[in-house]
Amino acid sequence: MRIDLTDEQRLLQTTCRDFAAAELLPHARQWDEEKHFPAEAVTKLAELGLLGIAVPMEWNGAGMDNVGYAVAMEEISRGCASTGVIMSVNNSLYCDPLLKYGNDEQKRAWLAPFASGEKLGCFALTEPEAGSDAAAQKTTAEKKGDAYVIRGSKNFITNGPQADAVVLFAMTNRAAGNKGISAFVVDLHSPGVVRGHKDRKLGICASGSCSLFFEECVVPLKNRLGAEGDGFKIAMSTLDGGRIGIASQALGIARAAYEEALHYSKERKAFGQPIAQLQAIQFMLADMATEIDAARLLVHRAASLKDRGVRHSRESAMAKLFASEMSTRCANKGLQIHGGYGYTKEFDAERHYRDAKITEIYEGTSEIQRLVISSAVLKGS
Amino acid sequence: MYDFELTDVQIAVREVARQFAQRRLAPAARQADREGKFPAVFLKEMAGLGLMGVNVPEALGGAEAGAVAYALAMMEISGACASTSVAMGVTNMVAETICRFGSDEQKKRYVPELTSGRFEAASFALSEPQCGSDPAAMRTNARRDCKYWILNGEKQWITSGDHAGVMVVWARSGKAGADGISAFLVEGGTRGLSIGKHEEKMGLHASTTVSLAFSDCRIPASALLGKEGEGFRIAMAALDGGRIGIASQSVGIGRAALAASVRYANERQAFGHPIADFQAIKFQIADMATELDAAELLALRAASLKEAGRRFTREGSMAKVFASEAVNRVVSKAAQIHGGYGYIDEFPVERYFRDARVTTIYEGTSEIQRIVIARSILAG
Repeated sequence: MRIDLTDEQRLLQTTCRDFAAAELLPHARQWDEEKHFPAEAVTKLAELGLLGIAVPMEWNGAGMDNVGYAVAMEEISRGCASTGVIMSVNNSLYCDPLLKYGNDEQKRAWLAPFASGEKLGCFALTEPEAGSDAAAQKTTAEKKGDAYVIRGSKNFITNGPQADAVVLFAMTNRAAGNKGISAFVVDLHSPGVVRGHKDRKLGICASGSCSLFFEECVVPLKNRLGAEGDGFKIAMSTLDGGRIGIASQALGIARAAYEEALHYSKERKAFGQPIAQLQAIQFMLADMATEIDAARLLVHRAASLKDRGVRHSRESAMAKLFASEMSTRCANKGLQIHGGYGYTKEFDAERHYRDAKITEIYEGTSEIQRLVISSAVLKGS
Repeated sequence: MYDFELTDVQIAVREVARQFAQRRLAPAARQADREGKFPAVFLKEMAGLGLMGVNVPEALGGAEAGAVAYALAMMEISGACASTSVAMGVTNMVAETICRFGSDEQKKRYVPELTSGRFEAASFALSEPQCGSDPAAMRTNARRDCKYWILNGEKQWITSGDHAGVMVVWARSGKAGADGISAFLVEGGTRGLSIGKHEEKMGLHASTTVSLAFSDCRIPASALLGKEGEGFRIAMAALDGGRIGIASQSVGIGRAALAASVRYANERQAFGHPIADFQAIKFQIADMATELDAAELLALRAASLKEAGRRFTREGSMAKVFASEAVNRVVSKAAQIHGGYGYIDEFPVERYFRDARVTTIYEGTSEIQRIVIARSILAG
């Protein structure tokens, strides 16, 4: 049983940690307050190869593994959770399905420029009335000659305001239910695509999300990913990987909450001593540290199964469920340790608290993770 | 832990333990619990399978399979009978402690007796009526008298104390505080050692818990384990490993409770469905499975560090506090899923519920684990 990261993974971790400390952390609070999309940071992520970490080098990726991806996501999110999700969406939700389901022509056109970070991708499954119940899609793709005509709307699309292309899901055969869903890669600069206004959110305020409207949007046949009807399968397997990214983001936020609380508790004095000497504080810190370690083990297990090509739906769901709920608990404790200061924008604790919450919702709510897990466990797998 | 694959040896040890647990222990566990019957016969058979010295050198009769294999074996045995597993755990811990700190003579004299099962069990006598979490405050006294040590005092909560062929006993041989404590190897039946009250416990009915009284108990000078004044360090080192054992025991009990709940939920009908169809049940199952996986990973990480000869005090405490608290949540959900059947002993869940409770208490309470973890993180 190997306990340590490989040299390559460790180098990536150090690179990301240094980058986050120098380029993300000093700005994260301001970006959050100003709801500023960190375009400069995203450009630097691209230079570091962090926008296509697990994409092979032949497609302009960094050619690393998924454990490396998880490690990088944790470090980046520790500096700025908004930057973390921008990175996660491009890696897991955009590049991953293109790598797995795209043909060479599609990879050349739609993967390589995105894995290099020259362009930014997003993923559109959710609709105003289809979230956890993804099979209830209303967006349709009607085949007409050598193209599909897309009609419908998608919402909560992270990177939507900035992205150049989207992996889009739409019904090609409504009667077939979830087997009637197909996946497409769509140029977001094409006619018929309208972006809604940016969502006003509780947290991850520096990342943008919006609705996407498709009004008689014509997409060439060659932009379909996989066969007609493969969409639901593509979405679910993509989310298995995406959950590793979000679980890692949750870990990074929890680490930020924990490390800042630890630092504060050594400085802040009460009752004649640093509050770190009080068991009330020590026990919160101990629980945070323990749960962070437990979550990381779950995340790296799922990533390591993905690297081996083993099915990991259950393990990814466990990692996502545990890490996200853990992150919220940690952020809550971190804020509590800061007392009144934790509630003000003078400290980062309140941002972590707001940022953590989303990890329990996107890329499958905690409720969906529990359905995935219980279905596997009840079947005895 | 970045590689989650087990070695062939680890898989083999787990399989041996699993087969024994399911074929021999599980069918007998309810009766043993009802009768409070010490599992002497089973422990002897387990010694024959190498389970009384999983991480002990072959030269001393052990399986020499490592700390990870030990953790896996504990999980399997605990899933069938936690009373048997605590006796197994303490014997393994004592055997390992003698291997690490004992003289050649002590090793040769005691370890093969334990690994072979010629001794029914071993005991670990640290706690006292007035000192549990604070062992540095112990009152049991060791006085040197020429070629002998003379022990006086009282020990409490001693698992398998009335069945132990040998026990590690801690006593104050010097000044107040941790530095004045030494560890000794005392054989069962030594004059001046008497077995006191058998505790009536909430769970672990088939394991015995007794108090020990030392009254001018004379043991040879050679019974000193390690150096004089080294006792506290020996105790802490032993407990670091012991905590992996209790974390593994917790995972084992929890896995059994989860398996029973899955079985029951798939069979039991309500409102025209198996109750497994209801989200109220499914979500409890999902949480149980997730927390048990997290606990198992923490336990195996600590065991892997131990096996690699690295420091694992903090990781052992994390595994212990998380796994023991997780199993208590798990057995509570298991009882809930079983409804009334979870409250009676016709179903094993009632026993799991009682057995799980002690895991947050013995071999360092949750509070002590949190102190250990906090000390480690505050030191940077």
